[in-house]
Amino acid sequence: MRVGLFIPCYVDQFYPDAAKATLQLLEKLGVDVIYPPKQTCCGQPMANSGFEHLAGGCNELFIKNFAEFDYVVAPSGSCVLHIREHLHDDKNPEVAAQLSSKVYELTSFLTDVLKVTYLPAKFPHKVGFHQSCHGQRGLHLSQMSELVAPGFSKPGSLLNMVEGIEIVPLNRIDECCGFGGTFCVVEEAVSAKMGKDRVEDHLEHAAEFITGVDMSCLMHMEGILNRKGSKVKVLHIAEILNGE
Amino acid sequence: MNIDVKDHAALSDVFNEDEDRVNWHDETLWWIRQKRDKAVNQLPEWESLRETASQIKNNVLSYLSNYLQQFEANATKNGIKIHWAADAKEHNEIVLGLLQSKQVKQMVKSKSMLTEECHLNEFLAENGIDVIDSDLGERIVQLAKEPPSHIVLPCIHKKKEEIGELFHQHLGTPAGNADPQFLTETARQHLRETFLTRKAALTGVNFAVAATGEFVVCTNEGNADMGAHLADIHIASMGIEKIIPERKHLGVFLRLLTRSATGQPITTYSSHFNKPRPGQEMHIIIVDNGRTIQLGREDFRNSLKCIRCGACMNTCPVYRRSGGHSYHNAISGPIGSILAPNLDMEKYADLPFASTLCGSCSNVCPVKIDIHQQLYKWRQVIVKNGYATTAKKASMRLMSFTLSTPSVYHVGGKAGRWVLKHAPFAVNNKFNPWYKHRDMPEPPKESFGEWYAKNKNGR
Repeated sequence: MRVGLFIPCYVDQFYPDAAKATLQLLEKLGVDVIYPPKQTCCGQPMANSGFEHLAGGCNELFIKNFAEFDYVVAPSGSCVLHIREHLHDDKNPEVAAQLSSKVYELTSFLTDVLKVTYLPAKFPHKVGFHQSCHGQRGLHLSQMSELVAPGFSKPGSLLNMVEGIEIVPLNRIDECCGFGGTFCVVEEAVSAKMGKDRVEDHLEHAAEFITGVDMSCLMHMEGILNRKGSKVKVLHIAEILNGE
Repeated sequence: MNIDVKDHAALSDVFNEDEDRVNWHDETLWWIRQKRDKAVNQLPEWESLRETASQIKNNVLSYLSNYLQQFEANATKNGIKIHWAADAKEHNEIVLGLLQSKQVKQMVKSKSMLTEECHLNEFLAENGIDVIDSDLGERIVQLAKEPPSHIVLPCIHKKKEEIGELFHQHLGTPAGNADPQFLTETARQHLRETFLTRKAALTGVNFAVAATGEFVVCTNEGNADMGAHLADIHIASMGIEKIIPERKHLGVFLRLLTRSATGQPITTYSSHFNKPRPGQEMHIIIVDNGRTIQLGREDFRNSLKCIRCGACMNTCPVYRRSGGHSYHNAISGPIGSILAPNLDMEKYADLPFASTLCGSCSNVCPVKIDIHQQLYKWRQVIVKNGYATTAKKASMRLMSFTLSTPSVYHVGGKAGRWVLKHAPFAVNNKFNPWYKHRDMPEPPKESFGEWYAKNKNGR
């Protein structure tokens, strides 16, 4: 099995540790992972802003970089959802369709493809888990509080394999953090307020760390935590699952 | 884009100046969302009810004209007079004509969002007709000269102290009295007087049954019944999408409506009107006002399945923190944001962007409207129609170029990180909306790509 590693643009530029942890975790689990160096972005920033027609260059690049792999894995629910729903190529529609179905968010790749049941990880801390909307409601990584249906959580089941971790409860288990891509600047007032409220829920339950499957939500909450002068840190879930 | 057009972000910015009020608004609506959760979780068949309702509405939208004609024939047989209105203006003129024919100068109205959409109250006031809204929440916003901020809870943005002050000014209650029970009793006496003296009543329509020619109005206060039963003329205004095929389908929708809206098992009053009482006139105005255009927009026709429960507003994290008035449209929140651009794409170009696309709205929707998907699709349509600012267009083109060209992306990323590290003032200033309430991320010394090239290349 050859797996292409897709590291979203802002993770590449600002959160290389999350990317390294993703790579190391997959290697630790015996996966043959390759990072194509000419990758950039999934195209979501344009598409969610109404400029999907300008995402063609990103689509082409994505297909060029990743079409040959058996699977593509990325540490981001949001980018994966965008690829799954919107990757297209007018010249080769079948190639694009086939590729988009092979793209996995990291935790679902671990639970659904690798069927991981054990992780040699240790993280003796109180952790708040942020359910990122696109992963949860878009990729169905965990059950949604609005539905009448049995509960489950793919990232949650992996976190439970980590020795010593204590997941703190939250008042609102799956409220959005307010990042929302360009929403965070276009609708700055509401976005910042949503972020403050989301962070407060974690702090109220004495979380030492906030984790999740999307670095973008975590980046938003980190910006708010730092502005408050809080000592609470954000960590991508890969960094915890890869913890020694 | 016209800069005079009010915009959701600017209006939310104003709403957020009073953080305590935002917290209170958010918590009140979240409490209702939790009541909804508790109520729906008592029904193991909830998801199949939603699916059934969605399928019934799909059928209705596919055979809309047939059902409407069937309804017209049956209602006419029952002695109800049917009128057709292509738009808001026609609707308002029909209402005025009916009132003038009866020489009525005063009308009592029970909650109808369609008349808000048509701006009926203003139109009638200009023509010398006094309208009193009889729903308590509607009456409160009417006294405050404001539009409703929520389709089910029209004055949810008002605190009880503010309502006490309004009642003091308009209904003569003692200053400083904000006791809800006292204020409600005052409103009750005030409205009773209205019910007894008005000769004309207008109500909305929640469901119109094609097979029987009757319509159902749902209220918790019984105000629609009080108004309609005492009036000599009862006018009901309905959007064309309110039709359902048969009476038995009410069993699905009445179970869904109030559980979704307020967490109640059913509305206190679900009143069926199927013929005028002797001596009374009953009229129904069937209104299009842009709905057939929306029906013809394949990506957006599902929005016409809406039964106006307001659940999407209560769950929406943006609505809860921006308030209904920030949507500057009769129907606010996520559903309003997909209905409004159909009416006026330029005026409401901002609304589909007033969302993080979190998807909670689509999940609570009792008729399974793909609200957040439609928000995404409207964004594409709005930009393609040219309603994006020049600055946004330019920045998107630059972003697209950078992200489509790996060499430019790598140089740009490195430069960006350098600026953040060595010249943070270039980014950390008031021109950066991120920085206003949030710190920028700490730039790492190398990107993942650079690290990989050094440590892993050649593999």
